[in-house]
Amino acid sequence: MLLRLLHRAMIFALSVLAASVLVFAFMRVLPGDPARVALGINASDEAVVALREHFGLDRPVVVQYLDWVRGMLTLDPGIEFISKAAIGPQIADRLQVTLILVITAMLLAVLVAVPVGIWMAVRHRHVDGVVMSAVSQVGVAIPAFLAGIVLISVFAVRLRWVPSGGWAVPAQDPVGFLQRLALPAISLAGVQAAVLARYVRSAVLDVLREDYLRTARAKGLRPVQALWRHGLRNAAVPVVTVLGLQLATLLVGAVVIERVFVIPGLGSLLLDSVAQRELLTVQTVVMVLVVATLLITFLVDALYLVIDPRLRTGSR
Amino acid sequence: MRTSTKTRSLALTALLATTVTLAGCNAGASTSSGGGSGETEGGGSGGSGSEQSGETQAAPAPGGSEETVRIGLVAEPASLDFTTTDGAAIPQLLLDNVYETLVTVDAETGEIVPALAESWEVSEDRLTYTFTLEEGVTFSDGSEFTAEDAAFSLERVSSDAWTISLKAQLDVVESVEAVDDTTLEVTLSRPSNSFLYSLTTRVGAMFDTEGVDNLAEEAIGTGPYTFGTWDRGSQITLERNPDYHGDAPYFAAVEMRYFQDANALNNAMLTDSIDVVSTVQAPESLAEFEGGDFQIVEGTTNGEVVLSMNQAEGNPLADPALRQAVRHAIDHQALMDTCWAGRGELIGSMVPPTDPWYEDRTGDYPSDLERAQELIAEAGAEGTELRLRIPTLPYAVSCGTVVESMLEDAGLEVSIDELEFPAAWLETVFTNKDFDLSIVSHVEPRDMANVFGSPDYYTTYGTEEIQTLFEEADTGTEEEQTAKLQEAAALISEDAAADFLFLLPNLMVADPDITGLPTNAIKESFDLGDLARG
Repeated sequence: MLLRLLHRAMIFALSVLAASVLVFAFMRVLPGDPARVALGINASDEAVVALREHFGLDRPVVVQYLDWVRGMLTLDPGIEFISKAAIGPQIADRLQVTLILVITAMLLAVLVAVPVGIWMAVRHRHVDGVVMSAVSQVGVAIPAFLAGIVLISVFAVRLRWVPSGGWAVPAQDPVGFLQRLALPAISLAGVQAAVLARYVRSAVLDVLREDYLRTARAKGLRPVQALWRHGLRNAAVPVVTVLGLQLATLLVGAVVIERVFVIPGLGSLLLDSVAQRELLTVQTVVMVLVVATLLITFLVDALYLVIDPRLRTGSR
Repeated sequence: MRTSTKTRSLALTALLATTVTLAGCNAGASTSSGGGSGETEGGGSGGSGSEQSGETQAAPAPGGSEETVRIGLVAEPASLDFTTTDGAAIPQLLLDNVYETLVTVDAETGEIVPALAESWEVSEDRLTYTFTLEEGVTFSDGSEFTAEDAAFSLERVSSDAWTISLKAQLDVVESVEAVDDTTLEVTLSRPSNSFLYSLTTRVGAMFDTEGVDNLAEEAIGTGPYTFGTWDRGSQITLERNPDYHGDAPYFAAVEMRYFQDANALNNAMLTDSIDVVSTVQAPESLAEFEGGDFQIVEGTTNGEVVLSMNQAEGNPLADPALRQAVRHAIDHQALMDTCWAGRGELIGSMVPPTDPWYEDRTGDYPSDLERAQELIAEAGAEGTELRLRIPTLPYAVSCGTVVESMLEDAGLEVSIDELEFPAAWLETVFTNKDFDLSIVSHVEPRDMANVFGSPDYYTTYGTEEIQTLFEEADTGTEEEQTAKLQEAAALISEDAAADFLFLLPNLMVADPDITGLPTNAIKESFDLGDLARG
């Protein structure tokens, strides 16, 4: 069991390392020279070369890479070429915003999807269950940004219930914060809830067909009771996997949603930095996203072992 | 049982580790200088309540109101330092508002008028400019503005401290001398008509000798506003300068809010999160604002939308007949109606109507499909494939397809590539000149010589004849300047050095009672000093 975790941890570490090399390499082949972007349309070649030197882009690639890795390991990835702002604190600030958004969306999705999914499974032979299932199928197909645009035009522009975008710091302006969090979180949560509900449904359906549940019911438990006492834990295993994968897609989905709702999170930082060719910032933000995704996968693996005793014994 | 506890504690440790990492990031944020952005995001929203109350209480008395005006813009500056970073967003924010110049352009008439210099004299040989500076002007750090600062600022442009290419505008300056506290003498190496105009742009900005250490994050100037706070990713606040030497601005503060997305900008206006949309990115969206609840301002800009044609040797468009065919093939009015909702102005050459040497050249190549087809046939160029490589900018993307279909009607093959702007477009089209056609708006004021004066520029024109004209225009008298530049504009048009699709309009939307908005956006700055609520 410990061995298994160690093995997973090693895969995690190797993946991070490989990702850092890839991300760094991709940035170098991206067309567009940061010095040219900074100096503008009519800059002389000499000026561009001088600025590249100033940015340290003329140093050997390996040196630049190692420098960057060292920076990240010490939580100080350096300063931006153009704005001269420190990258670490910027990312930390933006990450907070994105995490609040993503976690809220995830919680919303789980809160909706689990009961709905169970209900769809239990009622799968009835009209309401089938209808619900069809609705969730449609929900899966609606991209978050589209949901966002529709929600803005209805709840912000037409009804004026909430602002159309922006962000507020929870401690300073709790009401404004919740108002601004609502629509983007719902947009992100919508698709996730639909996807998740379908997984919950099929997981619960599988469990309902298991022998041990039939036994439980034969002993006199009502179907829902049987499910509650014996089935849910088993149904949770595949659901947790999907949850982990979804958390990763949520992080990526947030990049788009932040733009629609003018939220100063990691996504908008990433897009701005790409446009400005702030290579260090782009690399570092991408690495944060990669590490987060890999970490989630790792944690899901670890959680498996907690939830499903069979996996534990299997590994021994 | 034993295993289960162990697993749990492991999972817990992992969770804890994550939390610690995150906490570590937070700690970093609060200790390091870049901070502030944590609080940033909230600032604006929290303030809106008080703004409302300010609006009702404060009568527009002398000294202005306590209100904050909120302006929505599209491009956030990458830094505050326009001496080393190019891009329109920085001077738009800081010039004339925080940094002032010796002379400035009257946005209505286009004339050069006094600013920090109350008057100036030009010597007979037009080589020496003597400026008399305003007295009692102070920088926002408290120090006095003197001819010393002015000399320092102008000399600095030609030093290595300035890196952006626009600095070349002051190459003509030979020496700068502070005669006394209020007299500045500038000597040129040759007479130059563009010199005084250049002083109205960012290269003429006046800095404090002690105030240039951290230009990327701090802006110290003499303007009506001082630099307040910057919430990266969302907004910049300017505050009224209590010691301003001129008329105090009406608004106590200005929040410049940045939206990367045009829809989000419009929505903010529709939901009263901002008071002004500084530039409408999609003219068709104006319909949302029509009908009385909003004021719509429409004027001109310096943004000539140029369809550039790569005429360097070996390219299909090196053949003048083919370039002329392109000009005839494009129905400019139809194009502007289709892709820019009919807003804008047809110009026919590289001069906006606010420049003194403007002439209507739209008749040079009237829309004439048959003539275009003839020219193509004569050149034996039917079916020639042209690569139209456009930047990912709204006008270029939406007009690109119209250009494509018009040229295909005339018998050419056109393939469109969209290149991310600025980085990818700059590299492919601008630096490597790997294109046949491109569309980009040249927004710099009075930039005809810059865009068409050198064969090395991406527009690949710059014939000797035109270079001579530009030189004569700059060194001659004012009348000669006008005559020569008219001649140059005509030559560029007739040679079909490029096609001029239209002039971008200045489109703004604002609360109906906001006054003092610049109708024509012909300066690098977005002048906030005259804004008021009436």
